[in-house]
Amino acid sequence: MKRANPIRQRLAALSLLGVPLLTYPLLSLPGGSLGGIPASYLYLFGVWAGLIALAAWVSERRGK
Amino acid sequence: MLSGWSITLLAAAYLGLLFGVARFGDARADAGKSIISANVYALSLAVYCTSWTFYGSVGRATSGGLSFLTIYLGPTLMLLCVGVIIKMIRISKAQRITSIADFIASRYGKSQLLAGMVTIIAVIGVVPYIALQLKAMAASVDVLLDHSGSSVQFWGLDSTFLIAAVLALFSILFGTRHLDATERHEGMVAAVAFESVVKLVAFMAVGLFVTYGMFGGLGDLFQRAAASPELGRLLQLDSSRAGTWTALIVLSGLAIIFLPRQFQIIVVENVDESHLKRAVWLFPLYLLLINIFVLPLALGGLLHFGGQSFNPDTFVLTLPLARGAEALALLAFIGGLSAATGMVIVETIALSTMVCNDLVMPWLLRSSWLQAENRQDLSGLLIAIRRIAIALILLLGYIYFRAAGEAYALVGIGLISFTAVAQFAPAMFGGMYWKQGTRAGAVAGLSAGFAIWLYTLLLPSFAKSGWIASGFVEHGLFGIAWLKAQALFGLSGLDEISHCLWWSMLANIGCYVAVSLNSRPDAVEASQAERFVDVFRFDQRKAEASLWRGKASLDALVGLLERFLGASRAHQQLSVYSRSKGVADWHGLPVDAQFVQFAEAELAGAIGSASARVMVASVAQEEDLGLDEVLDILDEATQVRAHSRELEAKQRELEAATTELREANERLRELDRMKDDFISTVTHELRTPLTSIRALSEMLHEDPRLELAERTRFLGIIVGEAERLTRLINQILDMAKLESGRAEWTTGEVDLGETARESMDSVGQLFREKGVLLEGDIPASGPIVLADRDRLMQVLINLLSNAVKFVPGELGCVQVKVGLDGSLVRVEVRDNGPGLTPEECDVIFEKFRQGGNTLTGKPKGTGLGLPISRQIIEYFGGKLWVESHPGEGANFIFTVPLPVSEE
Repeated sequence: MKRANPIRQRLAALSLLGVPLLTYPLLSLPGGSLGGIPASYLYLFGVWAGLIALAAWVSERRGK
Repeated sequence: MLSGWSITLLAAAYLGLLFGVARFGDARADAGKSIISANVYALSLAVYCTSWTFYGSVGRATSGGLSFLTIYLGPTLMLLCVGVIIKMIRISKAQRITSIADFIASRYGKSQLLAGMVTIIAVIGVVPYIALQLKAMAASVDVLLDHSGSSVQFWGLDSTFLIAAVLALFSILFGTRHLDATERHEGMVAAVAFESVVKLVAFMAVGLFVTYGMFGGLGDLFQRAAASPELGRLLQLDSSRAGTWTALIVLSGLAIIFLPRQFQIIVVENVDESHLKRAVWLFPLYLLLINIFVLPLALGGLLHFGGQSFNPDTFVLTLPLARGAEALALLAFIGGLSAATGMVIVETIALSTMVCNDLVMPWLLRSSWLQAENRQDLSGLLIAIRRIAIALILLLGYIYFRAAGEAYALVGIGLISFTAVAQFAPAMFGGMYWKQGTRAGAVAGLSAGFAIWLYTLLLPSFAKSGWIASGFVEHGLFGIAWLKAQALFGLSGLDEISHCLWWSMLANIGCYVAVSLNSRPDAVEASQAERFVDVFRFDQRKAEASLWRGKASLDALVGLLERFLGASRAHQQLSVYSRSKGVADWHGLPVDAQFVQFAEAELAGAIGSASARVMVASVAQEEDLGLDEVLDILDEATQVRAHSRELEAKQRELEAATTELREANERLRELDRMKDDFISTVTHELRTPLTSIRALSEMLHEDPRLELAERTRFLGIIVGEAERLTRLINQILDMAKLESGRAEWTTGEVDLGETARESMDSVGQLFREKGVLLEGDIPASGPIVLADRDRLMQVLINLLSNAVKFVPGELGCVQVKVGLDGSLVRVEVRDNGPGLTPEECDVIFEKFRQGGNTLTGKPKGTGLGLPISRQIIEYFGGKLWVESHPGEGANFIFTVPLPVSEE
């Protein structure tokens, strides 16, 4: 029997992780600003970039 | 510099370049050297970013702050669910699916009705979206011309119409090269990927210019915005709109795979599944980059033009122009142009395939002049239909753009389109993962969802534009308050998109599930459900063969292929198929179920699965398999799978059992060999004394004149040997009893010190005869152990008699020592004999092995004493071993555990 593809499962897990991180109520946490840049702006782009970096790491790690 | 003609020339040059890229891509594909790599595939996905992104995001950000990001976060999250997308690709390749309408229709029994419905929803939902692109292009041209104060007119036609015409030409040239829509359009994909790069570069350039050229960087921009209360509001996330935020993420997540152009690029144009591995992060990265400067641009525009009435949708152009950066504005214009053209090209190609296969073909197939007896080549007609469809769709978009103008119906269409295609989600996901979903359910769900979308979103947008009376929005249909279009059943407090998404999904999913559960699929549906849901493990050949029964002639099927694919392409595909079957000439192919399936799949690639089904059925006499029969066949396939899994498990068990048996057999054989060895050794040992007894007895018997002294000596030897024989037999019996566990033990409290002294007494005579010194180092009383006294004595006597045998006479000395060692009693018998080599230390505990050289010296014992002693000591839970070095005497030690005190 073929086992479920681990890369696909890891990516799907990332997606499930992203949903709570990028929606309310967690989104209402960042307030104020950092170095003049609003924390909400930094938070959204930061989490987004983090997800992309993790996805890249997961899918490119074991290249053929 | 910015004259009308220079703008026209620039746009023409850019479109010319696009033609060049597409031409190159097609040329390379024809030469068999595809330029579609994983990176190109990922970039082509960015056709998602239309002019609505390029210009509209900034506009959205000026009113909604960061909420524009949801449109790009949803796709990021959806794309991470690679399994879903790979399943869509795998199904589409197996079923030769060419559009989302075909996908849904094929899953629910190749239904023409469903295909038509999906096509109509897609066209109604998406044509206004195309109009929006044309409007964006027109608006950008207007901004540039306003700035230069010139205008351009060609033969009384406006520039937007010309651009639309060029785009139609492009789509026709690169989108309908092959009739077979499953053939990929690599030139088009290459051009789209190229456009993605152009729009990203253009947008980033404008963003950097505004942020760092016009303002002092991100921090400065944000701080100046925060100073104004109105702009400061845009910097904060508004948690009262949490519902909208989530709804938009869901909506855009669905749009990224269900918009016809996205389905075309992600699924139909996919060359290699592994490309997804790159797209899964590269495309989200693209989205992130193109969005970084959206909010800064919006704030920059509002700060710069503060108060003046400027359209925020054109900030991307007006901001550079305000600073006189005309070259940058032109770059931005090209970026916007590429965003719009990319979308229009792919969308019209995708829609034209759907319109041709799912609306026009079913109608044509019913008309009389297309019937099967008519054998003219139809491939040219098909391509013509598709080309006309492309032109018509663009014309429709242009007319809508002209009619709508600045009306709300155009501005808000982006999300309205998304909500329309989101209606495909239940039928799509249900179709891929739920076998019970039926055609009736899909029809019901789609109709319900579409109706609600129409009533709560599209018609109100018309009303807002003043095209129809707005009574149903403000007061409800027929004045009934709970039918208010944007507060259905009194549900208010949501924005219109979330409101529509929530009600339409409720109705759509509800009807789909409820009707599916209460209807029975027909035979074709049931088998298609199996093929879709189990695509990863469906054994196609086998099941296909059993799922079709009937008669067809090779000529009729080949004729069908020739009519719809064109003779040369049909023959090419036929020879590829016959080669795969190992038949040299396709004329000799057997007309079996597999061939019929092949023909139907080829036709499906050209005219869609629903029409292909109808055409094949028209030339073949098919036996109608009932639903029960189909289910039986599928169940059988499932059972066979289950059985084979069971068999595998059984086989593994058997293999394990076989290995165990083999090992047990090895052990038995080893034991058998040891037994044989034992018997041969025992007989050998018994024969030695017997031989000497016999030899001496014969001498005595044959020679009566033997001296008396000699006679007595011989008899003495005979008696000695007989005794040895008796001892040997006793010990063998003893050994056998011990080994088989039948020995009798009388266990009780034994004073080991006393036992040792008694043993020394009983062998004292032997020592005195040989003149060997026997010393004891034994406590006056105790230690007490639980053991069999006689057996312990047997061990001690054995050790002592061994010692006395090996020590030299007169000088010999043997010491017995009894002491405690932790929880053990330790007994040592030390001698000053010749000692043992390390090998001998092990060997002497084996049966019939004796110390000293048995070849030269006469054996001094039976060779069973020590093995028996060891067995006895081990029976009491102790150990018996020897410590010795050659020339230094030997020290035999055994331990017996002290009884566990009962506390």
